[in-house]
Amino acid sequence: MIEFQAVSAGYEGRAVLRRISLQVRQGEVLTVIGPNGCGKSTLLRAAARQLPLMEGSIRLNGREIGSFGRTEFARAAAFLPQARSLPAITVQALVSHGRYPYLGLSRRLRAGDREAIRRAMEQTGVDGWAGRELRALSGGERQRVYIAMALAQGTEAILLDEPTTYLDMRHQFEILELIRRLAGEGKAVLMVLHDLGHALRYSDRVALMEEGRIAACAAPRELAESGQIDRVFRIVAHRQGENYFFTAQGR
Amino acid sequence: MPILPKSSTRSLPPKSAKGRAAVLAAMGLALLLALLYSLRTGSQDYSAARLWQAFLIREEGNVVWRVLWHVRIPRTLACCLAGAALAQAGALTQAVLNNAMASPNIIGVNAGAGFFALLAAVAAPGTAGAVPAASFFGALLTALFIYLLALRAGLSRTTLILAGVAVSSMLNAGVNAITLLFPDITIGAAGFMLGGFSGVGLAAVRRAAVYLLLGFLLAALLAADLDVLQLGEESAAGLGLHVGRTRFLAILAAALLAGAAVSFAGLLGFVGLVAPHAARRLVGGSNVWLLPASALLGAAFVLACDTLARSLFAPYELPVGIVLSLLGGPFFLWLLLRRKRGRIYD
Repeated sequence: MIEFQAVSAGYEGRAVLRRISLQVRQGEVLTVIGPNGCGKSTLLRAAARQLPLMEGSIRLNGREIGSFGRTEFARAAAFLPQARSLPAITVQALVSHGRYPYLGLSRRLRAGDREAIRRAMEQTGVDGWAGRELRALSGGERQRVYIAMALAQGTEAILLDEPTTYLDMRHQFEILELIRRLAGEGKAVLMVLHDLGHALRYSDRVALMEEGRIAACAAPRELAESGQIDRVFRIVAHRQGENYFFTAQGR
Repeated sequence: MPILPKSSTRSLPPKSAKGRAAVLAAMGLALLLALLYSLRTGSQDYSAARLWQAFLIREEGNVVWRVLWHVRIPRTLACCLAGAALAQAGALTQAVLNNAMASPNIIGVNAGAGFFALLAAVAAPGTAGAVPAASFFGALLTALFIYLLALRAGLSRTTLILAGVAVSSMLNAGVNAITLLFPDITIGAAGFMLGGFSGVGLAAVRRAAVYLLLGFLLAALLAADLDVLQLGEESAAGLGLHVGRTRFLAILAAALLAGAAVSFAGLLGFVGLVAPHAARRLVGGSNVWLLPASALLGAAFVLACDTLARSLFAPYELPVGIVLSLLGGPFFLWLLLRRKRGRIYD
């Protein structure tokens, strides 16, 4: 479980997050949405311990994240940032990096690590590509490999920053279904999505951010019907069964 | 059922650890051949059989042994060590800066080492350990400066290379000034600016040995961590890597290696760029394989070039730096031009 308590954080002394309080439970997908620059990624980075807090606290399974050791934290929470480099390595090699927090000084994989890697690749359906070069894969395939790496980390919490960006529709759905399955296995998933329709369709709860604050946090349908999304994004949300679409205001 | 991907038919870099080990062994063999070629070639060519005989007897009275022991073995050793060290320093800087065009001679690390080495030779002539120490210090200072520039100013990859070239030319001006003002000092090899091994003795190599040893050792310990760093700063930190410490130690290792090599071989160019690239093609991008492969290729490359340089126009001898620059310059250009077509990192 990830728990934000009145967290403020930012860059160079300027607070981007202002007294954020939020809870992500085990087995739940909580998606953060909000207009550009509202602090979504900053929230995720703070949870991933990549940003010092100005005030408040973030707890992971009841423990202050600052009190974890470096590798200890990496065994408890996996973070998939949006910006990544593309090294010239194979799929298997990339997924293997997920075991880094478990390696000893020799940095050699043990039997347990290999098993975790195999399982992560199987779960994400990338086991057939083990020997392929990461660079030879399409964007959607790569994304799945990165999620396999995060899975190999064997953590209870997973933090994902816009995991569907740059993917075509079919791959977006694939990734989102995969993320739902991870939550189904009991992981706490905190992610940022740009696509409001996806956020409402695939999340257990959605947190709407506005200028560094949580404007509302509720189940998708409740949030959509509250009119908060319409107000913050200045659009109109429409529901059609389980799906949502949006139109511009004032037309 | 996992189906074998078609791309597995492409042979290099090999997919399996066994395959990579085989490529590494082949590189070792190539180095061995270059070694033999270097030992038997010179103003007088000796057959392998004669060399072997002389080696078995090892007598000061034997001319072949004297040539071997006092001239060719030190020179061959110096070539191998300088080549391996500069190549590995290149691979390290490329990993730390995440920049395929970086290498110690291009970003000014060699020039920094050379400038400080010459300063030490002027300021403390005859102090045996001063030159490699100053050389290491100069390399470290320049490498850290470039790294901080990349970090703080957020320079693009190409801009960083240009900044390195600017730093490099300033330091080279310093090197030129010192060699003109103090023509008597000769450290390591003659033709310090170009880099070369004519007249290099075992003593100079021995003084640099500690730095080389520490550098190679540190690089070996860092290899797996540098692979994690390749994923990008945030991903690496997310996996529990101490990013800042890893980068600093890699820069330290690169400075130890480049500084040591420059202290006896002068400003050898381009081996730090060419060898890691060739190695990456042959064993892939993982530093666990890339670092030893770069060292082997660098050693073989410098050794082969040096043997060519001293036998091509015999009895005249070209500084090996000229040969390396003739081969490395076009390669660097090719890298720059290829980049324009949108490749980000190779």
